Amino acid sequence: MAPTEKPAATTRAGSQIGRSVPRTEGRDKVTGRAEYVHNMRLPGMLVAKIFRSTVAHGLIKSIDTSAAKNVPGVLHVVTIDDIRMLIPNPYYGPAFHDQPILADKKVRFVGEPVAAVIASDPHIAEQAVQLISAEYEELPAVFDEVEAMTSKVFVHDELAPAATFADLKHLKGVKNTNLALSFKLRRGDFERAYAEAAHKFEHEFRTQKVLHLPFEPHATIADYKNTGVTLYTASQGPSFVRTEIARLLGWPENRVRIKVPYLGSGYGAKLYIKLEALALALSMIARKPVKLALTMEEMFYQITKHPCTFRIKSGLDNNGKIVARKCEVFWNGGAYADIGPRVTQKAGVTASGPYNIDNVSIDSHALYTNVTPSGALRGFGVPQLVWAYESHTDMIARELKLDPVAFRRQNLMRDGNQHTTSQVLKDAAIEPVMDLVLDRMTWSRPLERGNGVVRRGRGFAIAIKTVTTPTTSVAIVSISADGSVTLYCSTIDMGQGSNTVLAQIVGEVLNVPAESVRIAQPDTDVTPYDMGTLGSRSTFHMGHAARRAAEEARDKIKQLARDVGEPEGSNVPVAELFKKRYGMQAGNIVASGTYKPDYVSPDPETGLSPNVTPFWMTSGAGAEVTVDTETGHVEITKLVNVIDCGTAINPKLVETQISGAALMHLGFTMFEKMHFDGGQVTNASLADYKIPGIRDLPGTMENLWVDNVQHNGPFGAKGVGEVATFCVSPAIANAIDDAVGVRLTELPLNPEAVYRALREKAGRPLDEA
Amino acid sequence: MNAQRTINFTLNGLAVTASVGPHHNLIELLQGHFGLTGAREACGQGLCGCCTVLVNGRAVSGCLYLASFVDGAEVTTIEGFDASNQLTPEQEAFIETGAFQCGYCTSGFIIMATQLLDRHPEPTDNQIKHYLTGNLCRCAAYPEIIEAVKLAGRKRKARDATPVRP
Repeated sequence: MAPTEKPAATTRAGSQIGRSVPRTEGRDKVTGRAEYVHNMRLPGMLVAKIFRSTVAHGLIKSIDTSAAKNVPGVLHVVTIDDIRMLIPNPYYGPAFHDQPILADKKVRFVGEPVAAVIASDPHIAEQAVQLISAEYEELPAVFDEVEAMTSKVFVHDELAPAATFADLKHLKGVKNTNLALSFKLRRGDFERAYAEAAHKFEHEFRTQKVLHLPFEPHATIADYKNTGVTLYTASQGPSFVRTEIARLLGWPENRVRIKVPYLGSGYGAKLYIKLEALALALSMIARKPVKLALTMEEMFYQITKHPCTFRIKSGLDNNGKIVARKCEVFWNGGAYADIGPRVTQKAGVTASGPYNIDNVSIDSHALYTNVTPSGALRGFGVPQLVWAYESHTDMIARELKLDPVAFRRQNLMRDGNQHTTSQVLKDAAIEPVMDLVLDRMTWSRPLERGNGVVRRGRGFAIAIKTVTTPTTSVAIVSISADGSVTLYCSTIDMGQGSNTVLAQIVGEVLNVPAESVRIAQPDTDVTPYDMGTLGSRSTFHMGHAARRAAEEARDKIKQLARDVGEPEGSNVPVAELFKKRYGMQAGNIVASGTYKPDYVSPDPETGLSPNVTPFWMTSGAGAEVTVDTETGHVEITKLVNVIDCGTAINPKLVETQISGAALMHLGFTMFEKMHFDGGQVTNASLADYKIPGIRDLPGTMENLWVDNVQHNGPFGAKGVGEVATFCVSPAIANAIDDAVGVRLTELPLNPEAVYRALREKAGRPLDEA
Repeated sequence: MNAQRTINFTLNGLAVTASVGPHHNLIELLQGHFGLTGAREACGQGLCGCCTVLVNGRAVSGCLYLASFVDGAEVTTIEGFDASNQLTPEQEAFIETGAFQCGYCTSGFIIMATQLLDRHPEPTDNQIKHYLTGNLCRCAAYPEIIEAVKLAGRKRKARDATPVRP
């Protein structure tokens, strides 16, 4: 459906759902007055800068801080020994407590924080950092994820899973491994079916290391007092930060306050815990507020997307039915686990794609290596998988001379089918998504491919994803005595527009305009628990919590009306009810709502579960390209992105999420790549790491969604933030193959890669650079 | 890092004075002395446009521009655009077309869009892309930004066509 108003069957006249309400915070953003932590200053605030490791793997022999300490204006130079005096077990992380607040005896990647300087002025702190020196006994390092499986170089001496994830308990204390977690899924009998298959295909795909680069770099201000600590932090998950800071301090959560203003975006970079632990420790040492804010260069040493190697095998029968598929996925997690083990498991669940295959074997491995840690980046690993399985799908069709549409259609999962996990598919509009892509690509009409230097081609891809489950959201709705409505929740509006969508949901229930609903700034002293703003979960999970809170508030308003003797159904303004009840403009209605979907943990042996996700995300993309056969330059002349979001609560915001996600992924597909030399990032700046600019827009782009209703979603809606990232890479690679008959199996699809492949195909390969 | 120097300049129409070091850039001056955070540092290399500020009517990268250079100059930041509490056609158009997500780069885009429309009241797509090529948006709101510039052009035209009340 095109981005028109009021598309879904569940809406009614005058409702707040299906309306393109302008962003609630729009005026603050266009006038430069929106607040971000990176620009915040507190009275008496000190600043800190980080001294980082220059080796990828090594034992710390000594750290010389004496010269730095003597710089006028420097208050403290801090190493792990200073921190341990205050925080006895200074290790943090969401899945594993493996990351030291500052390097502890050992460094595990270039750029790892080793020491920190606290000063009154950032220039002084920076100058002092230059005067610190460290000596290391270098150790052999491991960088590649496949090598890490069998390497004798171990990034960690033993594994230290966090207690929060019960399914990691068995990994505690395991030694001599880089494997942080393996997820496996077994359905049917892959070995037998593959052995008996008429056609066999085996391919390997790789993705490169790229990063989020939100334009507001990571920033945290910690203000520690013995009675409590406040952190102002650019975080996508204040509730998680609170839990982790409380654990480090051995305090109850209510002494830890996390405040988050607007976020200069996140894309997954600002999840879980990042600078917060170090900022806390520095403020404890300085006994003053301390700000720690990264530069853009430093973000290359904070968190990245997972590079991935995916080995995929498929067996087909003589009718074109896929009868067996094996997926071996190796995730390059970097030096600290961050949320990598969860990416490995949650993405692993859908590694075999949106196809009905009776015999499936999936092994998904999270690996430690000596590079910047990897985490979640807009898709929780799924874009890496789709890149592989949809390229693979096209390669099979091409080799067997099957129509790529008919081949997919024959094997596609549809509602009522069992997903690979055994969960029965519901409200997953895979085929309608594919059909709309094909329609907008005018696929049924032949494409003029050209025969000169510049050739044309087209390709498409489709995908499926679960939502991170089970997770909890809590919301509070408050009705003030004048009848005005405030929603308190810890969902972070980082640009996706969650404040606006949640205001629409609350407004819908309470029958007030979304524009009149105030969304309180996330602050754990005030706003209740939320698992995090991640994985396209907020509209669904917080949407439900906000809906329930608003429904309870509505019931309480009715009760108030009864209490003051108003007849049922009277339309006396709420303010009048308060006045009647309390004799003046006074009082408050407070209501809350909680949402946590049902879930059945995958069987540890088979990975199967009848309920792994409360909803399925599906998307498709189609690309038309021209390829210059003399330069390898690829131009994307058309990009069609289609998703299924159930009801589009705010059509304009849905459209911008699709567009933004696809364009961001265009960068990951066509040019973005972190280059390494001996573990050292050699292009850690915007000057050397190109991201999409306004000139990189495809010739034409369409961003659409299919007409669908998610039966268990708030007003029929489901998540949207990541969905349009999934299919961009394989759609373009498939189009390149269609244009010039070369197949790229590694990202990015830059001119060099295309040209090398063209020369290879012509029997005149280029030398390695 | 001493050698502080007192500079006088006009900031969003008001005469101001500040003491700055030779190493301070314009962003540090605006944020540290005046609490103006609409121009903000992101890449720190003058490549992204998040720190765009007008100095004597010319757009500069505040992260590279030394603070002491604005001595005697006229400096305008995004906070000066709605001085009369009225949004400019560009600001209105950015809201109406949804031409931003996180908002971190928005100030720079609005300043450059304004300058573009001053020079080319009815810009083509290509002119818009050319003019805004020095501004980056990681949320990639580029299609909406192009739409916003065009809408702002139409708004300006309508505004200019409206007779001023006597």
